Amino acid sequence: MLSPEIYALLFKALLDTLYMVAVSGLLGTALGLPLGVLLAVTGRGELLQNLTFNRIAGVLVNMTRSTPFIILVVAIIPFTRLIAGTSIGTAAAIVPLTVAAVPFIARIVEGAVREVDRGLIEAAQSMGATPFQIIRKVLLPEAMPAIALGLTLSVVSLIGYSAMVGAVGGGGLGDLGIRYGYQRFLPEVMLAVVIVLIVLVQIVQSTGDWIARRVNKRNLKS
Amino acid sequence: MITFEQLQKTYPSRGTGTPVQALADIDLTIGRGEIYGIIGRSGAGKSTLLRTVNLLEKPTSGRVLVDGVDVTALSARELREARHSIGMIFQHFNLLSSRTVFDNVALPLELAGVTKAQIRETVEPLLDLVGLTDKRDRYPAELSGGQKQRVGIARALASKPKVLLSDEATSALDPETTTQILHLLADINKRLGLTIVLITHEIAVIKEICHKVAVMENGRIIEQGPVFDVFAHPKHETTKTFVDPVINRGIPDSLRARLSPTPVAGSNIVLRITFTGERATSPVISAISRKLNLDLNIWHGQIDEIQGAPFGTLVVEAIGNPQSIEAAISLLNVNKLGVEVLGHAVPGNLRAAV
Ligand SMILES: Nc1ncnc2c1ncn2[C@@H]1O[C@H](COP(=O)(O)OP(=O)(O)O)[C@@H](O)[C@H]1O
Ligand SMILES: [Mg+2]
Repeated sequence: MLSPEIYALLFKALLDTLYMVAVSGLLGTALGLPLGVLLAVTGRGELLQNLTFNRIAGVLVNMTRSTPFIILVVAIIPFTRLIAGTSIGTAAAIVPLTVAAVPFIARIVEGAVREVDRGLIEAAQSMGATPFQIIRKVLLPEAMPAIALGLTLSVVSLIGYSAMVGAVGGGGLGDLGIRYGYQRFLPEVMLAVVIVLIVLVQIVQSTGDWIARRVNKRNLKS
Repeated sequence: MITFEQLQKTYPSRGTGTPVQALADIDLTIGRGEIYGIIGRSGAGKSTLLRTVNLLEKPTSGRVLVDGVDVTALSARELREARHSIGMIFQHFNLLSSRTVFDNVALPLELAGVTKAQIRETVEPLLDLVGLTDKRDRYPAELSGGQKQRVGIARALASKPKVLLSDEATSALDPETTTQILHLLADINKRLGLTIVLITHEIAVIKEICHKVAVMENGRIIEQGPVFDVFAHPKHETTKTFVDPVINRGIPDSLRARLSPTPVAGSNIVLRITFTGERATSPVISAISRKLNLDLNIWHGQIDEIQGAPFGTLVVEAIGNPQSIEAAISLLNVNKLGVEVLGHAVPGNLRAAV
């Protein structure tokens, strides 16, 4: 049904998407996870209360999260150019994807960490734990099931966002779908793109669910 | 081992509320190797008091000395060090769900930077002590409440503390499990010479294992002393309401209905005689009855045991001339038996007319 050239394009687009999602997902986690933990522990009455930091970080996160992604992509073009050396292409697309992923992941991690029972923090304090030890040995391990699910959600969202970065020549499956499926009116290409995306999201979600189940020791049936 | 000196704690007001004085003028000394119980109703300030020992709660003023060291004056670093020698167990266990039994018990050692080999050397005997060797690699979700608290106890003991703090550690457990956990604590106290401070709202817990008790109300200690003395001779009303149900000093309602606070025509005096220690078993009553030619009509009696010592109460209606009754009361006092006038027994038919 599809010509070999289209297959090749589809494969290339899939790789581009995987590349963009993987890199922005990793960078987003590397920055968003610590930011999320900081947001959680600097809140009022928390382990390392620091309301000034908490408020400023909170406002920045909210600003980024309330900007529609396609506007964010365009708005930060100068920044993208500064970081990636160009504002066009797959590598450049990673910049806005990461900028969107960081606050998204940070909020998810913050929520997960806040859900950890206060009693556990207290128990660790009664053992003489430092705040850093509490984060590393108590908060992160206990929040891990929720964080795993949250990161899965983030990756799925990134797959969706990555389809929009065609606007800055980012390539990937979304771009292919728009250029071939819509603009050249090749519905079978559009269909193929959609099917690949569905399968991709399904694989990510199942893997994430599996990991979250593995790290969750709370509802064990013996 | 632990001394509270002029301790005060006021929580600042939340929103529009007024500040809460959770602790007022607390002066208390807890001896080395004692099991010290603190009882009080919910909100009395028990948790707040206990938590000042490891400074989870910072007192507004006053000092807390633990083994001679004023914990309120320590730097953050010194405080963390001091906390290694103060173990704590909790009502809801506070175990890490992500760690196995072994790893939960190992946590305080990991925090203190102990090597893996030493951790194993410490944790395994502790699991044995609390009877959980076979649950070593299980997660808390796979354990019963009693087993979880055993993990909590092993964890609290891991850093070889001098003091163990227990905040309602048995309040989430059923009565049978509660007894087992209390016996484990008593056993640890004996074997390791560990000082245990436990707070509870259940008098049965105090009766079961404590040597001494303090009763709290509205942030103050209203009564304190050896458990036996406080149980046998409670002074404060609140203490009486705690103590009455477990040692049955009360009298049945049908008899209470026949009591008048003042003498009426034809009434006889009703006495409650308290026997404690070895006197619980000596035949004082029959001797008095014989000597003074008194008829003692027994209404109600009970023999109990507190901390291994017999403790009895007897409620009697004394029938005889007033001088003999006077003499009997002073004889009972001489014999160091507690005696208390409960009232006057109204003859059945008369009462109906009153
Ligand atoms: N963190 C807090 N902030 C404000 N008030 C508190 C706080 N903790 C306890 N209190 C108040 O202090 C009093 C004593 O509480 P607590 O020590 O928990 O009592 P208990 O353990 O005897 O039930 C209560 O009136 C309670 O509402
Ligand atoms: Mg309490």
